[in-house]
Amino acid sequence: MTFIKKTLASSIAIAATAAMATAAQAEISDGTVRIGYLADMSGTYRDLAGPGGLEALEMAIEDFGGSVDGAPIEVFSADDRNSADVGANTVREWVDQRNVDLVAGMVASSVTIAVTNVLEANDKLGIVSGSAASSITNEHCTPNHIHWVYDTYPLANGTARAVVEQGGDTWFMLTADYAFGHALEADVTKVVEENGGEVIGGVRHPFPTDDFSSYILQAQGSGAKIIGLANAGSDTVNAINTASQFGVVEAGQQLAGLLVFLNDVYAMGLDATQGLLLTTGWYWNMDDESREWAERYYERVGSMPTMVQAGIYSSTMHYLQAVQATGSDDTQTVREYMMKQPIHDFFARNGRIREDGRMVHDMYLARVKSPAESTHEWDLYEILTSIPAEEAYRPLSESQCDLVQN
Amino acid sequence: MTMIFGVPLAVFMGQLLLGLINGAFYALLSLGLAVIFGLLKIVNFAHGAMYMLGAFATLLGLRYLGINYWAALLLAPLAVGLFGMLIERVLLRRIGHLDHLYGLLLTFGLALIFEGSLINLFGVSGARYPTPESLAGGYQLGFMFLPKYRAWVLLAAVVVCFATWFIIERTRLGAYLRAGTENPALMQAFGVNVPLLVTLTYGFGVALAAFAGVLAAPLYPVSPTMGSNLLIVVFAVVVIGGMGSILGAVVTGLAMGLIEGLTKVYYPEAANTVIFLVMILVLLLRPTGLFGKEA
Repeated sequence: MTFIKKTLASSIAIAATAAMATAAQAEISDGTVRIGYLADMSGTYRDLAGPGGLEALEMAIEDFGGSVDGAPIEVFSADDRNSADVGANTVREWVDQRNVDLVAGMVASSVTIAVTNVLEANDKLGIVSGSAASSITNEHCTPNHIHWVYDTYPLANGTARAVVEQGGDTWFMLTADYAFGHALEADVTKVVEENGGEVIGGVRHPFPTDDFSSYILQAQGSGAKIIGLANAGSDTVNAINTASQFGVVEAGQQLAGLLVFLNDVYAMGLDATQGLLLTTGWYWNMDDESREWAERYYERVGSMPTMVQAGIYSSTMHYLQAVQATGSDDTQTVREYMMKQPIHDFFARNGRIREDGRMVHDMYLARVKSPAESTHEWDLYEILTSIPAEEAYRPLSESQCDLVQN
Repeated sequence: MTMIFGVPLAVFMGQLLLGLINGAFYALLSLGLAVIFGLLKIVNFAHGAMYMLGAFATLLGLRYLGINYWAALLLAPLAVGLFGMLIERVLLRRIGHLDHLYGLLLTFGLALIFEGSLINLFGVSGARYPTPESLAGGYQLGFMFLPKYRAWVLLAAVVVCFATWFIIERTRLGAYLRAGTENPALMQAFGVNVPLLVTLTYGFGVALAAFAGVLAAPLYPVSPTMGSNLLIVVFAVVVIGGMGSILGAVVTGLAMGLIEGLTKVYYPEAANTVIFLVMILVLLLRPTGLFGKEA
């Protein structure tokens, strides 16, 4: 009897789930959730997002179960080659021909700004994980994108403030000459000046640049105590390497890396980078939860994840949960639900999405370990303090975003 | 302090010296290109990749075989040069009778293959190669701090450039080479093995690129894209100097390093474009380049 009862009960349950699934599928446009991953897959920013980010995205989908209430999740990807043109055209094609629901990844800020315009015009959703420019949710905000991992505001706020407080009050800026560098330079200048310091000079170098010797020489000549690096990826790596060849630190000047990723530190080695202060949105060796995820990632990719790659997993999970909960892949329905749900996972602490599309969460001030302190090849940072979500990001009261009622 | 157009003299002098050092790289690389083009008429788009392979050979040699910098300075160009000779024998020779364009496309394809494979293996961040201990540190020149290693690069590049020019323009071997490309049939009739000469020349040009790669390894991160970033600039240098002109390649290489260095002081945003502006100007005024001969 019990056997029959059980069978009956489970058949009813299966039938009910199936019915619900059909109901949900009806809401998901053409029965499939389509995610396009757009990133630099071959250039300067490949290692911080690139193929590793795609792997993180696929991990999220697998962990989610591969489908949303029976609707399969399809992933496609493209290399934007750090070109705004290529990025915008790719996404236009994804919208027109592949009915994309979510565009994930997005690294170079110039590409992101171009792509979010396309998303807005077509009412599709984007989650930006790799880009840094704080203008993406400030003057360039749209109701169609969310900025997940970090931006230049907390980078400046964390690193620059800590450096000025330690007595580094005169700065020379080495700035990458495009949207991201300009945004970072502006944010840093503001923080330095607010804390009683002064930016006494700077140089805007072409992106990307291999040879920094000339710029380092100018920075040395300026006599500033701090050389602020408002660049990223291989540019930062090259600048730090060159500075070490020219004996910058020995001569009494200090470097402040404003956007330094885990893979950069790994590539340069601890000898060249030890003692460098940096702000990060996440670190793999932060706690048990992040370690557990990072080790699973390491098994698949062979290197430890950057904050961007971890953020891609976290944001994709949050998105899929929203699609499941609302039973829809409609941009505004999903975005609204995502904004209502607080985010607390292995990546984000005290996370929430604000009306300007900024996902604010706790950030961390870290110091690069010395070779003696490091216990194995990926043991690179010591987390000094955490910067609470509400302090880290630009307050809404200063926002220029149209979506914000000041 | 004395100022030159608003820049302190000390900084100005420092920039000139750095420009010259970068120019030495351009000179070495464009020299290899000029030798290959001048004698073989191959537009070698794989040159940047060969430079990159030289740097990688140095890095991997140290990491896995314990080959130190000084040995690598000899072994890496030798290995990459032999590899180049293999490519010449197996691939380039087969298209020698076709239009130059085919050689360009073939070598470009090869470059993409080398670069792509290494990106898959090593990523793009690159790895650091330690500066050899005997060349660590630097000299305080008063107007700037000159890292010893950069001084060495300038010296090594100038010596190698001069030696190459001397071999090609002033020795019997060089005379054979030049004659072999002018009139291969006649040279063959004199009993000179022209195909071997061609293979050796390609190998030598490639080895020059690899030599520059070894010199670059402690300066820049050793990464698969290091060659392609440089190649376009080097081509511009060769065009400005006059395709195939040995002297042109060396002199223009150094000069372009200087011009670029000065742009970095006065208008850094244009540093990546200034060489191409010069190229346009030169092509308008002297289509064969500064040192080029009328075809």
